[in-house]
Amino acid sequence: MNAVVTRAGFLTSVQDLGRTGLRQFGVPTSGALDSFALRVANLLVGNDEGAAGLEITLGGLQLRFQDERIVAWCGGEFEVQIGSRALPAGHVAHLQSGDELKFGRAQFGCRCWVAISGGIDVPVVLASRSTDLRANFGGFEGRPVRDGDQLSLGESRRPEPEATARISSWTAPHDWASPASSHPNLRFIRGVDWNRFNDVTIQRFTNQQFIVSPDSDRMGVRFDGPELNREDETDLVSEAVAPGTIQVPPSGKPILLLGDCQTIGGYPKIAYVITVDLGVAAQLRAGDHVRFSKVSLQDAHRVLLERERDLERFRVGLTLQRS
Amino acid sequence: MEIIPLGDSALVLRVRERFEDAPEETLNEVLRVFELLQRAAIPGVIELAPAYTSVAVFFDPITIAKASETPDDVFDWLASRIRGVVAAGADRRRKVRSRARNVEIAVCYDSQFAPDIDDVARHTQLPATEIVNLHTATEYRVACIGFVPGFPFLAGLPKSLATPRRGVPRKEIPPGSVGIGGAQTGIYPLRSPGGWNLIGRTPLKLFDPTKNPPTLLRPGDRVRFRAITRKEFATISEDPPK
Repeated sequence: MNAVVTRAGFLTSVQDLGRTGLRQFGVPTSGALDSFALRVANLLVGNDEGAAGLEITLGGLQLRFQDERIVAWCGGEFEVQIGSRALPAGHVAHLQSGDELKFGRAQFGCRCWVAISGGIDVPVVLASRSTDLRANFGGFEGRPVRDGDQLSLGESRRPEPEATARISSWTAPHDWASPASSHPNLRFIRGVDWNRFNDVTIQRFTNQQFIVSPDSDRMGVRFDGPELNREDETDLVSEAVAPGTIQVPPSGKPILLLGDCQTIGGYPKIAYVITVDLGVAAQLRAGDHVRFSKVSLQDAHRVLLERERDLERFRVGLTLQRS
Repeated sequence: MEIIPLGDSALVLRVRERFEDAPEETLNEVLRVFELLQRAAIPGVIELAPAYTSVAVFFDPITIAKASETPDDVFDWLASRIRGVVAAGADRRRKVRSRARNVEIAVCYDSQFAPDIDDVARHTQLPATEIVNLHTATEYRVACIGFVPGFPFLAGLPKSLATPRRGVPRKEIPPGSVGIGGAQTGIYPLRSPGGWNLIGRTPLKLFDPTKNPPTLLRPGDRVRFRAITRKEFATISEDPPK
């Protein structure tokens, strides 16, 4: 069965956990910019964590369902309605055929991820269902969804009414469901070119606020505010970059790379935002004020492992409720 | 050999410090290390990507924490495994066959496809015909694929052809456009913005997401350009080689 896009909103695309194995061919990761949010939403609706969902930017999506489905979403502060019922982030709703799911505009934050039981059944292209919006392949016809598109949904077992009732009372922890913050702080580890910047510049980077530029997209968040000028002018040999890399072009205005970023770069890399905070980064929108704070690589791994253990407990809890 | 974190889920293995001094040797060494690591299949390693002087290793810290039983030292554990694989490989240098293939790329240098050939001629003080002769007489190697899927950065451009990138990049470049950017030459696989000087166009498809691998070229490939006429360009476009 399908879900009909009655309104596509500003920018909505089909994404899963992204592409791997193709960087040597220059193919970027793509995928949900907050892959953790999509994993949590998928678990809530009973999908595999990696099922394809929708990434909604700034809201406005309306979807009409043609059969019974379970839905859940995680991300920024959006008002989401099913008829007159509100569906808060991290909660589960059971939709009937004919129901319409409506996302208002983001009050706060920038994006959210919707999981639908059965997942979105677009063809797997290069090992993923994610849309590559720059190279125009994958996802729904290699493009953002438009008004009137019919999204084919995967097979979903008809939920047991009792289990559904039990799961309806289950919610994801608040900071998983709503990672957007009014005072975003991004933790980072030192970049390989850290020492190419003098003390004054490093102080600026770690003490001052940076303002998100309107010129930001799924490739990267560009920042206005303090300029980070390099000490030396050596030409660097291009090498790999990854989502989370903060590079500094000659303008001195840093760019935080996100999921659609290119695979290599030649700008100095001052820092890398830690994986756990990429979900916060995915919520940044024009005008937001951001601070950066330094952590060790060990700490970055520690918080990542902790979060994974918590997710494992959450997964087990959900499985018990369903059985 | 230097091993440097690239965030908490990737690292960069710098095989050499500089590229231009010895491109051929550097690239061979990078590809050898790439190949060794590919075969070693270290637990938690997701993928590898070679570029110029380095090989990037993307990994899952969670899998490694489990495999290593030392969750506090994910990076050190992986770095020492990588060092071990590379050191063991040094003994059997000859056994690792090079992945380099020879690929010929048909390019039409007709003025219709070469909007910047006059700029290159002005900068290099060479007539357009000589630019084409030099560009087709050289063997290049794919130093890296990036910028957009399938874009080959080709090393080996004759020094006399080096031309700085355009001051104002174009917003849209047609797929197949062959350009010169500084000391390198390359091919735009997709409609994309870009600042290189365009001197020709190939009818070949550099990137095809329905194929895996999806690119015509791979890192390390040896590439030659062959000049074709507009008529040949049209024939190949209509009936591309399989």
